[in-house]
Order: sequence, then C-alpha cells, then structure tokens
Amino acid sequence: MSNVLDSKIPEGPLKDKWTNYKSHVDLVNPANKRSIDVIIVGTGLAGGSAAASLAEMGYNVKAFCFQDSPRRAHSIAAQGGINAAKNYQNDGDSVFRLFYDTIKGGDYRAREANVHRLAEVSANIIDQCVAQGVPFARDYGGLLDNRSFGGTQVQRTFYAKGQTGQQLLLGAYSAMNRQIGLGKIKMYNRHEMLELVVVNGKARGIIARNLVTGELERHSGHAVVLATGGYGNVFFLSTNAMGSNASAAWRAHKKGAFFANPCYTQIHPTCIPRSGDYQSKLTLMSESLRNDGRIWVPKNMEDAIAIREGRLKPTDLKEEDRDYYLERRYPAFGNLVPRDVASRAAKERCDAGYGVNKTGEAVYLDFDAAIMRYGQEKANLLHETNASEARIRELGEAVVESKYGNLFQMYEKIVDDNPYKTPMMIYPAVHYTMGGLWVDYNLMTTVEGCFSAGEANFSDHGANRLGASALMQGLADGYFVLPYTIGGYLAADIRTGKISTDLPEFVEAENDVRRRLEHFINNKGTKSVDHFHKALGKVMWDNVGMARNEAGLKEAIVEIRRIREEFHRDVFVPGTINEFNPELEKATRVEDFLELGELFAIDALHRTESCGGHFREESQTEDGEAMRDDVNFTYAAAWQWTGNPQEPVLHKEHLEFKEIELKQRSYK
Amino acid sequence: MKLTLKIWRQKDRNDKGKIETYPIDNVSEHMSFLEMMDVLNEQLISEGKEPVAFDHDCREGICGMCSMFINGEAHGPDRGVTTCQLHMRKFNDGDTIYVEPFRAKGFPVIKDLVVDRSAFDRIQHAGGFVSVNTSGNTQDANAIPIPKNDADKAFDAATCIGCGACVATCKNASAMLFVSAKVSQFALLPQGKVEAQQRVLNMVEQMDKEGFGNCTNTGACEVECPKGISLENIARMNREFLKAAVTAE
Ligand SMILES: Cc1cc2nc3c(=O)[nH]c(=O)nc-3n(C[C@H](O)[C@H](O)[C@H](O)COP(=O)(O)OP(=O)(O)OC[C@H]3O[C@@H](n4cnc5c(N)ncnc54)[C@H](O)[C@@H]3O)c2cc1C
Ligand code: SF4
Ligand code: FES
Repeated sequence: MSNVLDSKIPEGPLKDKWTNYKSHVDLVNPANKRSIDVIIVGTGLAGGSAAASLAEMGYNVKAFCFQDSPRRAHSIAAQGGINAAKNYQNDGDSVFRLFYDTIKGGDYRAREANVHRLAEVSANIIDQCVAQGVPFARDYGGLLDNRSFGGTQVQRTFYAKGQTGQQLLLGAYSAMNRQIGLGKIKMYNRHEMLELVVVNGKARGIIARNLVTGELERHSGHAVVLATGGYGNVFFLSTNAMGSNASAAWRAHKKGAFFANPCYTQIHPTCIPRSGDYQSKLTLMSESLRNDGRIWVPKNMEDAIAIREGRLKPTDLKEEDRDYYLERRYPAFGNLVPRDVASRAAKERCDAGYGVNKTGEAVYLDFDAAIMRYGQEKANLLHETNASEARIRELGEAVVESKYGNLFQMYEKIVDDNPYKTPMMIYPAVHYTMGGLWVDYNLMTTVEGCFSAGEANFSDHGANRLGASALMQGLADGYFVLPYTIGGYLAADIRTGKISTDLPEFVEAENDVRRRLEHFINNKGTKSVDHFHKALGKVMWDNVGMARNEAGLKEAIVEIRRIREEFHRDVFVPGTINEFNPELEKATRVEDFLELGELFAIDALHRTESCGGHFREESQTEDGEAMRDDVNFTYAAAWQWTGNPQEPVLHKEHLEFKEIELKQRSYK
Repeated sequence: MKLTLKIWRQKDRNDKGKIETYPIDNVSEHMSFLEMMDVLNEQLISEGKEPVAFDHDCREGICGMCSMFINGEAHGPDRGVTTCQLHMRKFNDGDTIYVEPFRAKGFPVIKDLVVDRSAFDRIQHAGGFVSVNTSGNTQDANAIPIPKNDADKAFDAATCIGCGACVATCKNASAMLFVSAKVSQFALLPQGKVEAQQRVLNMVEQMDKEGFGNCTNTGACEVECPKGISLENIARMNREFLKAAVTAE
C-alpha cells in the first residue's frame, strides 16, 4: 500500500539536497506567471508569507481568511520567539545543531530532509523580517538580542518582547498589503472555505462562504494552498483562538488528501487553570517562566485538601512539606524538562490527589526562591551588606518584574491574585498539533495541486515541537519553500488557461455545501453547537489527552460516534444561511471536528508506542517514562478517507535516519 | 451576580437597530466579559432566539478582533485591556450594562455589535509597508545596528492591534492614533526611512478618503487605547507629514 506515498525527497547528501533542488527545479517564466492563479487559504505566518511571495513573483493570488483582516490570524498570539541558526551569540549554534535539536525534540518521528531544509533557511527569515521593519529586541550595541528557549543549550531565539508572533505577522501582513495595493493579491476577508474542488484529480478551486452576506462563491485556481492552522480546538478548550478550526484541512482530506499523525498533540505545561464551566479558552503563560519558577504541590494529602478547601495558604507550607516533583524526578533538567514531560508529571500529581485549586487540576509555579536569589545578587551589587529580608525581597521583585512583568500582570488580570506574593497556579493545556495534512518534500498533499503549509501540515516537528519553532516553520514554508516548489508544479500547467467555475465539479461542490448548510438550519433541534463541541472536548481531554490507553481510546471512539450522531439529529442553529450567522459557522466546524476526533482516537489507538506528545500508558518504563518502539513505529501514519469515518485506511511513510542515531530521550 | 444588559441589536447594515433589554443571572466574577456574553447567547439559543453577534477570536487581547462600547467606553471601564480581557469583577451585582458597537462613519455596522473595519486595511494598503521583496537575499540582519531606544520605540508603536477603539472614542472619529502608530514604527527604523515621505502622504490621503475625522488633540484615544499607544506618535506623524508636504511642493 505504501507505494502511494512518495515523499519526493531529492537525491544526494542531506546538506546539498535543497541547494540542488533549487538549481534544478522547473521555473515558470514571468509572462506565464501572469496567467496563473493561486488560491491561498489562510493568512497567518504561513499563508500570509506565501501570498506575499507568490504575488511578488508574478502569480495572481487570491487569499482568504475568516477574520475581518489578515492581520488577525491566530499567529498573532504567539508570545515567546522564533528560532534561527544565526549563531550571533557565538555559542556553537549551526544549521546542523538546529536540525539535530528539532529531530531529537520531535522524538525521531520527523522527516530528515524537510527538517534540514528548515534549519538551512532559518537564518534568512531573520534577515527578511528585519528588512521589512520587524522591531525585534536589541541590545545596547544595537544588535539583535537572543534568549534561550525550550531547554536547548544555545541561545538562538529571536523575540519582540512577549509579542513575537504579532510582530512577525504584521511583517507578513505588510508585505501582503504592498501586493494588495498593487492588485497582485485579491484579499477575501470574512470568507470561509467550506470545500475543495477537485477536477480530474487536481485541486482547482474552493467553495467559500462570504460570512457577511452568507453567499456561496466559487473560486478557481491552478493550485490551492491550505495554510489554515492547527486543530487543537478539537478539545474545545485550548490556547488556540476561538475560530481556529480544522475544516479546510478536513475537507481536503475527504477529497483525497491523507491526514498524518493526527494523535500528535502538544500539551503545554504552563497555562492558567480552568475556573468554571463557562470557560471558553485557556491562556498560555510563556514557557520562559520555567527558567525561574519552581513547580510544586504539597507533599502531604491533608495539606492538599486543606488548600483546596481554602483552610491553608501555600505560603504557610514549610519547605519540607512541599514536593518539587520535577526536581525530584529529573534532577538533571529539573523544572526545564521538555513540555510533554512537564505536563505529564503535573497530571500524575493531580490525578494522585495533590492538585491545589477547587477543580483539583492545578500545581504551583513559585517565584519566591528566584525573587530572593535575584534580590540578594542585587543587594550585593549595591553593597547593601546588611539588607533586611524585606529589602532583599523588594529588590528581587523588581528584577522579576523586569523579566516577566507583562506575564505577571496578565496573570493578575485573569486570576485576580498577586503572583509576586502567592505562587501562580498553572495546569497543562492543549496548545499545538504536530499532525496535519501529509505533504511531500514539495509541501504538496496527496491531492495534486493542493499544497499545505504551516501548522496545517504534518511536516517538520515529528511527535513533539520545540518552543519557537512553529513561527520558524510557518515563515520558512511561505517565504522560502513554496515559492520554489509551487513553481515546479505549475511549470507543467502554463497551457491550461483560466479554469472555469462553471465546470460540473464546481456546481456539485457548491450544491454539497448548500445541502450541509440547509441541513443545519432546517434541523431545529434542541441543543446549541457549543453543547456538542464541549461534549466532544471532554471525551478528547479525558481519554485522548495527556495519557492514553487502549480501553480509554476504544471508549472514546464509541462516545465520539454517539455525540456525532446526536449532533446531526439534535443541533439547533438559529437564523438563516443568507446572513451573518456565527452559529452556522461554528456548526460546520464542529461537524468536521466530530469526524477528525474519531480519526485522532483511531490513530492514537493504533500507535501502541509512546513518543513525544503521544503517551500510551502501556508503553512506559518502570518509573513512568515514555518508551518508544522504533522497531514497529518509525513511520508517519498517513490516513486515507474512505467515505466512512470508522474505516480509514493507513499508509506508512517509513522514516530513515541517515545523519542521526536514534536514542531514547532521557532527562534524568 | 445578577445583571441587566441593554444591548444594541441591528439585523444588518441597513436596519435602523435598537437597544434590547436582557436580564442575566448567575454571572461569576471570574468570567470574562465575552464569557458572560457566551452565557447570554446560550440562554437565547435555548429560548429559540437569535444570539447577539459580536466579533472575537484570540480572547487574550492581541488579535484586535473584539470591540464593544461598554457603558460609554471602548473596551469597557478597565484600562489597558481589550473587551476580551475585561472581567466581570469590574462590575457589581445589580448593575445595568449598556453594550453598543464601535460607532464611526468609517466603521459601518454589519450586525449587532459587529462593525466593518476594512477601512483600516485600506489605509495600510496605501503605504503600511517597506518595499522589499521576500527573496531572502536581503543583507544580514545585523548589518545595520539600530539604537536600542529607537528599536524599543518602534516596537511600542508596532504593538497597535488595529482594534479601532481610538476611532470609536474620538468625538471626531479620527484615526490619527492608529495611522500614526504605523507611520512612526517605520519612521524610526532605518529600513523604513527610505520611503518615509511617500508613505505618510499616501496613508494620510487614504485616511481622509475613508471619512475619518480630524484630530483636535483631545487625547481621548490614548486613554482608551488598550495597548497604550502614545500621543507622541501623532506628533511624530505630524512632523513627518509637514516635512513630506514641504519637500513634495
Ligand atoms: C498562545 C500561543 C503562543 C504561541 N507561541 C509560540 C511561540 O512563541 N513560538 C512559536 O514558534 N510558536 C508559537 N505558537 C504556535 C504558533 O503560533 C502557530 O503554530 C502558528 O502561528 C501557526 O501559523 P499558521 O500560519 O500555520 O496558522 P494560523 O496563524 O493559525 O492561521 C490560520 C489562517 O487560516 C485561516 N483559515 C482557517 N480556516 C479557514 C477556512 N476554512 N477558510 C478561510 N480561512 C481559514 C484563518 O483565518 C487564518 O488566517 C504559539 C501558539 C499559541 C496558541
Ligand atoms: S491605536 Fe490603540 S485603540 Fe487605536 S487601533 Fe491601535 S491599539 Fe486600537
Ligand atoms: S478577541 Fe482578540 S483582542 Fe479581544
């Protein structure tokens, strides 16, 4: 079966593949580019950068987003930073090291050739962004500053305070604006793609709904790029924006694009815990906090209960009554273990009954030791040899404020508690999805002419993504990879001419969409869309979340089917099709999540090993650490839609590691 | 908490629209304002009524999608936050809360609390960029050192989220704070200086075309801006504009 999957990796040594590829790929001459239309769905870092680049090259670009402006794509929310192998800090970084860290961080489940290319182009991204006027953080000499991130040993992360995603996206948005002004990009805001149109086996267009008027529109193109982000909202609660959804990718999947590794999800350890049933989303607290915060829960059950019932305060607990469980379990890395390890450890303690808020799902992130340490250093610096404890604390708080002030303020706004005085409460939350549309080296899916970029594809992060690497991948795909690979594909399409939207495939696709929408409006059930989305999210979180086992996954599959059946029978969507109707938008997204959720669980069930973000309880060492099974699972699982969500067909892309030796990760 | 909500309902752009009253119970002080609106909408849906349409996405104060004029203030009574970051603990049990859309000639209402801010995009199309291609063949990022102070100021200006609160707040519905933030960001950086003069002329021209009013220095915009964009930027834009206008003659 696997012969269907040709990853099209160029021949030659790893480090020369991309250079050779670029030298030999077919090109489209400028006159021909003018008669070629490219549709780009999504204007986040991946789609925005692709749209700008392809328009500059001369293609006619049509770009789509469901927000009211391309500047509002979910990429805007990224906080921490973007990696690049610039080695400005002269600390031994290199393309190889970034490549190596990404493969290892991904727990040896990513494709070597793609990851190497990513590392190669990473440095160019920073040059490009600076040229566009992206205001990265600088040092007093006027040069770019770096921070370290995600437990790597070098400082390769570029940042713009806590708003790196915003500044990078506004950079891509500005490049788009220039092309929109020149008429090379036609921008469709408040438009949602609801179907992919395939003609003679090739992606030739989309059906989009104008979200203001409700009208269905047909758009044709010689290639379609899906840069529509991740599917973390299948869990209902996640750090993703409310509108983030899987529909574009899922519709492509149902038209023949294989969906790879859906079960690889990143659960971020430091998010603000849930406060009640009305909760609509979860807020991330940047990973950088773990550089200075110590994570703990009470050592004794009575204390944990007393804290939950409000009879005891965390600051009342003596040092010896606290369990700094990460430092205890992982003395070498302590609080800086990778995200997946930190998340599971928090869950383990809370499941054992040591959680510290009303829901029992929270642990402490304590800055007291850091405050006192920084305070003492500062006092020494100021020659205040007899500084009182209060004075040291005051000095220390000022240092912590200068490093994390905006995060502490954000926490206080949400939780109404002062994190300088009482430890923060945190809990893991769904954050990023490594799985996505399967793509070959050209970023093309298994539907010819349908490409996928950014978080929407499965390409570069294996089973776990390192911090600050998603922004890098999105911009690499859009600025530097797609401009070459799409050209290679379109070179064969220069004689096709304009594609008519009157083709029967367009008519049929539009009719299908209309039928789906009418079904929802005419259903007149009794429960809201959110009701079903929350029900799905709960099953996903309980059974397909941080730790998974066979029985739980089987139960989840049955349960998801039940919810899906009930959804179609009993959902109530008010209003009409031909108007601005947010409930209808949600309905089509949840419809797709309900199918994707099942595939997600099926994938998790089939992969009986633990790797990266995927932890199978059956595959762990005696002391509870994840255990990979390289003999049986060194492959990417690419699923084919068969018309029945219960019977997807598995295709395997076997992963070969020529430059790197496979090792079990250890952070002890 | 028990509240009375007075919310602007308007079917579409052409509808006249009016305020409707909705009582709501069991509001937790830990909810965000938008979560309170979610609860109201669930309530309306369960009664078979149309929920209130409002814009939102990130719900953490960065995408600029949420708007709402709450009790006469853009983004509500708290300072330095967007509506999605506003929490119900800022209100009291028994309060009556008025919720209206951002109003301005340049921001026509689409439905209920949703307005059309595409005029902001069009101003950016006119000049909100540096004309550099994305070839990757630019010079090394550290080739031109930028004084930290300039870089920091450019960053501060660049943190504008394009929400439109400044326009909604201004009695003249002026977009000066928004436009000046972009003009300033680029004027402060060597990469942006090359086209600075043309940029400011083009963006201001588009701003006027979109029907935004004049700036009479009331400073209300700065007070309501959730990102603390400073009036300094308007002063800088005025200087840039004068410089450009003089040399353009
Ligand atoms: C809180 C948070 C912090 C993060 N911090 C970091 C960080 O510090 N460093 C890092 O590297 N990564 C970070 N990430 C991850 C990173 O932000 C994302 O993975 C990345 O931005 C995704 O970019 P994208 O372009 O693939 O998609 P998105 O930015 O999600 O864009 C998706 C686009 O697709 C459009 N779209 C979707 N569906 C449709 C449809 N059906 N029709 C039309 N349009 C559609 C949307 O309108 C949008 O324009 C963070 C993520 C979160 C949630
Ligand atoms: S200047 Fe402030 S109020 Fe105006 S759009 Fe920007 S962030 Fe919003
Ligand atoms: S929803 Fe994004 S800023 Fe409020």
